[in-house]
Amino acid sequence: MEAVVASYLPIIIFLLVCIGIGAALLIAPFIVAYQSPDPEKLSAYECGFNAFDDARMKFDVRFYLVAILFIIFDLEVAFLFPWAVSFGELGMFGFWSMMVFLGVLTVGFIYEWRKGALEWD
Amino acid sequence: MLLTGIAAAFFYMFAFIAVASSVMVVVARNPVHSVLYLILTFFNASALFVLTGAEFLGMILLAVYVGAVAVLFLFVVMMLEVNRVTFRKGIAEYAPIGVLVGVVIAAQLLIVVVGQSLAIEPSGTPALPTPDPAARPNTAALGDILYTDYVYFFQIAGLVLLVAMIGAIVLTLRDPRPHIKRQNIGEQVARDPEKAVELVDVESGKGL
Repeated sequence: MEAVVASYLPIIIFLLVCIGIGAALLIAPFIVAYQSPDPEKLSAYECGFNAFDDARMKFDVRFYLVAILFIIFDLEVAFLFPWAVSFGELGMFGFWSMMVFLGVLTVGFIYEWRKGALEWD
Repeated sequence: MLLTGIAAAFFYMFAFIAVASSVMVVVARNPVHSVLYLILTFFNASALFVLTGAEFLGMILLAVYVGAVAVLFLFVVMMLEVNRVTFRKGIAEYAPIGVLVGVVIAAQLLIVVVGQSLAIEPSGTPALPTPDPAARPNTAALGDILYTDYVYFFQIAGLVLLVAMIGAIVLTLRDPRPHIKRQNIGEQVARDPEKAVELVDVESGKGL
């Protein structure tokens, strides 16, 4: 238990170094750089005229569909990891259990392929 | 099992950042900032999983929630086109429901903690004792039982994913618009020059 947590020490050191460098780069300009603040420097610039509206706008719902399908196959792969790690202990039942799981998702995959959800036209 | 020493220090750090950033999710003015704070909360929850020895769950939390679900949240925030004025309008209306849910969860946590301190034995025996992480890693310990002992739940998870897949397609996919001409490569390749080109001998002054 303690050994497992202790093995994450390099990641903590890595994070601390990252935070240190990032903070240094953020703070250094306040100390070193010449400053003459002006509201116009922070305002949005759009080819000489004022910005029309917010950068946030509606876009095609199909981006969302692609993201959902990505999550589903992401989860499918997440289920494969423990299966692969303890594959030697599982035996035939564990193997076929995963094959049925993959088969069910392949049905969904064929459905979305035939339905044209993967096409962008 | 209580964490001690440096592990306890890290627990309090991660727990504090998680709580603080989840408060920021609610009170942040900009919805995109809310999502970014939510991602920070996910990161800290994953670190807490790692601290308790559930390494696999921690990493899956990063891969699934930070990698995919947070992107979906950003999509939703973009799609709803919420501006900063209307975004905060419902907060007073929904506050009672939020408080109710919070009280229920707090009561449940309290029951668990009080029950443990009173040393109430859980009824029944655990299905499988947690193996020693040094002898059997977390991922392998999950894999040992998930696909055999808990095969029913595993297959149900597969069906839930199937339903989600079909539901997403049914809800979002419109019929392909008729004016779009699609390329049929098979038909193009199978085209026969004998049938595609017709040579007609037209007599002068008569036309076809």
